[in-house]
Order: sequence, then C-alpha cells, then structure tokens
Amino acid sequence: MAMEMTAGTVQTQNMTGALPLAEDGVPIKMQAQKVNVHYGEKQALYGVDLDVRKNNVTALIGPSGCGKSTFLRCLNRMNDTIDICRVGGNILLDNEDIYDQRIDVVELRARVGMVFQKPNPFPKSIFENVAYGPRIHGLAQSKAELDEIVATSLQKAGLFEEVKDRLDEPGTGLSGGQQQRLCIARAIAVSPEVILMDEPCSALDPIATAKVEELIDELRENYTIVIVTHSMQQAARVSQRTAFFHLGYLVEEGKTNDIFTNPKDQRTQDYITGRFG
Amino acid sequence: MSDHIVSSFNEDLKDLASRIVEMGGLAETLVSDAVQALLRKDSGLAERTIEADRRLDEMQTQLEERCILVIARRQPVARDLREIFAALRISNDLERVGDMAKNISKRAQAIEGNFNSKQLALGVEHMAELAMEQLKAVLDAYTTGDLEAVEQVHARDKQIDALYTSLFRQLLTYMMEDPRNITMCAHLLFCAKNIERIGDHATNIAENIYYMVSGDHLPIDRPKKDETDVDLP
Repeated sequence: MAMEMTAGTVQTQNMTGALPLAEDGVPIKMQAQKVNVHYGEKQALYGVDLDVRKNNVTALIGPSGCGKSTFLRCLNRMNDTIDICRVGGNILLDNEDIYDQRIDVVELRARVGMVFQKPNPFPKSIFENVAYGPRIHGLAQSKAELDEIVATSLQKAGLFEEVKDRLDEPGTGLSGGQQQRLCIARAIAVSPEVILMDEPCSALDPIATAKVEELIDELRENYTIVIVTHSMQQAARVSQRTAFFHLGYLVEEGKTNDIFTNPKDQRTQDYITGRFG
Repeated sequence: MSDHIVSSFNEDLKDLASRIVEMGGLAETLVSDAVQALLRKDSGLAERTIEADRRLDEMQTQLEERCILVIARRQPVARDLREIFAALRISNDLERVGDMAKNISKRAQAIEGNFNSKQLALGVEHMAELAMEQLKAVLDAYTTGDLEAVEQVHARDKQIDALYTSLFRQLLTYMMEDPRNITMCAHLLFCAKNIERIGDHATNIAENIYYMVSGDHLPIDRPKKDETDVDLP
C-alpha cells in the first residue's frame, strides 16, 4: 500500500508538466467540478466549478454562511471529519480526484496544507511545532536534516530571525502574529503544494496582518494558495483571483483587479461595496 | 442601485454627486455669460464672470478634498470607486470650462467696441450654442446615467470642431482683407478656440460618465484633431 502511494505521488509529480491550462495560460493546480456539499439534509454548496491556478493566490469571499469555508475544507477533505457532511462532484489535484478511494488522506493533507483563523500552535516548543510534520511524514533522515527543515520553514515564514534564539520555548508563548506565522511554518515544513488559509489574519493586529500578507505574496512563488477572508481589502491586496460565494453558489470568479473595479454580477457589486451582507 | 449598509457612505457619495451638479450649473452659467458679454460688448458682465470663476475653483478644491476623504475613510471599490474618480475628473474638466469662460470674458473686455462683424458674431454664437448644449446634455447624463445620451454627446463634438475650422478660415480672410482687423480677429480666434475646448471638456466628461456607469471605456474613434492643427515632424 505504502509503495503504491509513493508510486502514485511520483506519477502525479511527473504529470505537473501537463496540468490543464486556464484560458489565460496559467496551469490549473486544483479543479472543482460540480461540487455539492450537504450537511445532513441541508445543502451548503450547489454545483461549484472553480479552477485554482498554480502559484496564484485565490481569495474566496462572501457573507457568513455562503459556503466559502465549506468549499475550502473540501480541498483537503477536512470535511471528512464531520460525520454528517457529504461531498459530491469532483475535486482534482494535479488531475487526480482527491476523493478517490485510493487516496491517502494524511498524504493529501501534507500536499494540501492548512492554516486556520485562530493560531493553533501545539503546546510544545517552537522547534517541535515545526518538526512534528516532517517527522511523522518521515521527511528527515537525520537530526541535522530535521534542524535544516525547521530553520528553512521558519525562514520562509519570516519568523526565523525573531525566534532563532529560543526555539525550545513554547510556541504558545509567542505573540498572535508570530503564532500565526509559526502555523504557516508548520504547514510549509511538510513541503505542501497547496496552502489553504481560513481567515488567517482575522485575529491579528494590522502590523501582524501586513507581515502575513507580505508572506503570502512571497509564498506564492513556490506554492498555490487559497485564502478565505472576510476582509475585502485583504482579498484585493493579496490575491490574483477572487471568487465570490453567495448562499452556497459560486456567483462570480475572475481576476481580482476586475472583481474590485468592475464586477459583472450585481450581487458581487452589492457585496463588495457594502450593500448587503 | 440599492443603498449601502453604512448610510453615511451613501450620503458621502450623494454629496459628491450634488457638488458636481452644482459645479456643472455654475460652469454652464459662466460660459453663457462670457459669450453674452462678448457678443453684447457687456464689460460689466465680463467682469462678474471673471469674478464668479473663482467660486468654481473653490468648489473644485473642496470637492477634491471630499473625494480624498471618502477614499481614505471608506476604501471604496467597484462602482463606488468609479463614481469618486469620475467626480474628481469631471470636476477638473468643469474647472477648466470655467477657465475658458474667464478667458473669453477677458477677451470680451479687450475687444470691447471693436467687434462689428455680424457674420463673425453669428459664427461664434452658433459654436457657443452647440458647446453649451453639449455641456447641458452631458451634465444631464451625469444625473441620469443615460449611456446613449453620453455616446451622442461624444459623437456630436465633431460638429463643434467643424464649426471652429470654418470660423478659423473666416477670421483668416478678415485679417488678410484689412490688417486693422487683426487684433479683434486674433481675440475672436482665441475665443473660438476656447469654445472648441469647452466642447472637448464635455467630451471628456462624457467619457468619464461612460466609465463610471459601465466600467468600460468608451470606444474612441473620434478624430481628436481639428483641421487647423499643424502636423509637427
């Protein structure tokens, strides 16, 4: 089984050269096709089709309860943890259906990492927070290699300089913004391809928010990012593509520049200009 | 369009729009008065017009400050943002229209008592009427958001350009006939040019309204230059 998984992963990586292209020529990393989600009797998403472009930041916006977080959680099967949740349709990662029986969910979540609204470091040291993932995924062969992964991840998350002298102190002792960057470092440590962020800045002050936004922009070079945000300005600032959800439907998806200057759908217009919510 | 959840944002935008309408009204009056002063040799009216232009400048400065304040406080997007930028740009055009009227008034004072050609007067008057119609039509369109009216204004500017070209030729003929006409004709030529520019500002305003309402740019196929323009290498 483990051998099969490894083989499957290698094959997927070989296929990245042949990702389908969006109409603007950007490779599509993840594809949602007619995604329906039910929580018990209640339908939360209706036939969502969305392409997530590689090395782009895609922002999901919409009023509370519109389904954007539900959709985000479909992308790495976080909804599997909710018993009454049923997901229909297809979600492809590198052309491969992530809801396929053969997919190892743990493996999937290493490839599609997640950062949550509230920073949630483990009650362990800063070092252990970052080292945990690589260790359980067997990414490091030696202590030196693990040290290297931890240092690089913290550097990529823009946190290394601030914590390098106190890696053995608890992660929970950091400030909110630092904790969130620690969580990003933790997500990066397992070399994901896609990072999902669910309102990563809503618990942070403006300075910490700016640092995380700057980080998102840097991470885009190596990762594909999908971010749910309630801050319209944040969506406008950090993303290249924006998708607007309303009442479980994907109303409009397009270039962020277009969505915020000239949205096509009246509902998008009304929402982003603060006319309903 | 429905109202903002934050009602004071609505009021901000309405305030900008009403300031534009007010500026537009004043600009129309200034043009009309300046042309009357020119045609009727009314130096007093010319003086009052020059004075009134300062009010228009003040209104423009105030509107600009309001726009910056709204942007800073509300971070507007989409149509709201376009409305604010349209207000900024339209107010600029209206302020320039006021400058044109002021310039015509100054020339009216300069050529007072020297302006005795019925035919030239008619030519200037006709041009001015057209320009004022354009200004009125485009300001109405600002209130109604009528894109068809906007496109018509945009297309009609050619007529003013054509009149200007013909008036230019007439003035040249006058100057050649009798050098004593040159001072008067030179002033009139500038007046005509000013009126032609007022038409251009109306066209600019039309373009801004089109963008404000639709989010797209008005397709530009209108030849920008008049026939008196010199081709520089």
